[in-house]
Amino acid sequence: MVDGNAHAGGVVLSRLSKSYGEVRAVRSIDLTIAPGEMVALLGPNGAGKTTTIDMVLGLTRPDAGTVSVFGRPPAAAVRAGWVGGMLQTGSPLAHLKVGELVALMASYYPHPLPVADVLRLTGAAQFAGQRTTRLSGGQAQRVRFAAALIGDPDLLVLDEPTAGIDVEGRREFWQAMRAVAGRGKTVLFATHYLEEADANADRIVLIAGGRVIADGPATEIKARAGSRTIRATLPGAGVAALGALPGVVSAERHGDVVVLSCSDADAALRALLGSFPGARDIEVRGGSLEEAFLELTADEETAGASTGGKAR
Amino acid sequence: MSNVTHLRYEIVRTFRNRSFFAVTLALPLVLFYAVALGQRHATFDGTSFPLYFMTAMAVYGAMFAAVSPGARIARDRSGGWTRQLRITPLRARTDVAAKVLTAYLVALPSLALLYLAGASLGVRLDAMQWLEMTGLLLAGLAPFVALGIVVGYLVPADALAPAIGGVVVLLALVGGVYGFQLATSGPMFEVMKAIPSYWLVQAGKTALGSGSWPARGWIVIAAWAAVLVPVAALAYRRAAIRA
Repeated sequence: MVDGNAHAGGVVLSRLSKSYGEVRAVRSIDLTIAPGEMVALLGPNGAGKTTTIDMVLGLTRPDAGTVSVFGRPPAAAVRAGWVGGMLQTGSPLAHLKVGELVALMASYYPHPLPVADVLRLTGAAQFAGQRTTRLSGGQAQRVRFAAALIGDPDLLVLDEPTAGIDVEGRREFWQAMRAVAGRGKTVLFATHYLEEADANADRIVLIAGGRVIADGPATEIKARAGSRTIRATLPGAGVAALGALPGVVSAERHGDVVVLSCSDADAALRALLGSFPGARDIEVRGGSLEEAFLELTADEETAGASTGGKAR
Repeated sequence: MSNVTHLRYEIVRTFRNRSFFAVTLALPLVLFYAVALGQRHATFDGTSFPLYFMTAMAVYGAMFAAVSPGARIARDRSGGWTRQLRITPLRARTDVAAKVLTAYLVALPSLALLYLAGASLGVRLDAMQWLEMTGLLLAGLAPFVALGIVVGYLVPADALAPAIGGVVVLLALVGGVYGFQLATSGPMFEVMKAIPSYWLVQAGKTALGSGSWPARGWIVIAAWAAVLVPVAALAYRRAAIRA
């Protein structure tokens, strides 16, 4: 456990970059995670999430930029036992039972949690006597979670912790995770499940093409994408005319109902009522995170394409 | 503290790996009886055949034990376990040290088993000679341990079994482990005498005689170790950087 003032630095990534040959996996990422904060690194496959996480864990050396974990370089923080990680790979060691494996991991840390507690918390207790080679995907995931927790680390880094897990398994995982995070741990997790980021993170960092394209609470991310939708019952109005209203990005018609996707819903609503006083049953909704996500990452891809993939 | 637990589980893992034991313990034993039973009164290479072949088969098993850390390193790497270990406070060198110690712990029963088998076919050495022979064998295994680690870090896991198996078999063949020598004079014999397994196989005869290898034997073992140990360290460091 890090003492109180050592926590002060949190986790700081500055101008972090990494390329693999021609592929610029991570391009100058700046990110600060306050102690106790739970941050989701959200992005599509190939966005640079795993590379970023590997650099935070000290598994990959950045080409440029630095990572500081509670004021230390990642390798030093790892050696001090401040960091617990759940990697995407990592089939548990063969020829050991689950309980033995977790006990082995515990022996590496200066102040581990009791093995029995961690097995119970992660739901691994029910198969603790089983060989690690005979685990289902969901069981192996629990073992990796237990391995990440056993050292009672101050920073937990989880790379797509629920990839390939069924809905029930995911629910249980996040339930356990929230219990852990409640103990004041700093958590950084990568995911491409939007609802997972939305439901579990204090803050979402959206990355695509190796860059941070949005960073803030889930509500702010949605607002940044500016996607609000106006629905109204409006027979007879032309889709083209609706689409040309100020603040409207696109218009669709479903029978008598029109749906307007807006970049500025306030302006669009005023214009709609001005031009089409017959509009009824008007509904304005915030866009889903999914829409925001698609919109923001699409912008990024377009920007990347127009500059020939070069950094701006 | 943690090192002891790590070593303990490393040993547990090894001893639960039955197919590994089949190779390191049973194969040399079976080969020993299969070949030496019919030649228990023969002489070979200036000594009794059972003594020669007992030593040779003890070396065979011990060689497999000695390179085994490499196989474990490769498997841990391919399973992603090495990466998992690297985000714990455990030092990688502690892990490697535990694997090397385990290799020697596995080599010992393999030697003991062959000694018993040899004794059953009339091999008689006094206590000092048994000890000297064991000492020579353990010292001579050092280059093989380093070799296993080099292969374990540099060769991809799916090519590992043929790589390690091939190298061991080749060195065994040239060293005279299989109960015949490729040459007893001339340039091929000089090649044999530059291979550490040759000196390992000679350890039995040596124990009967002077008790120690001639300077040339020590130089060969030391030279192989002097080359392979730094290469192993380099391979380890390279792997540590690349993850």
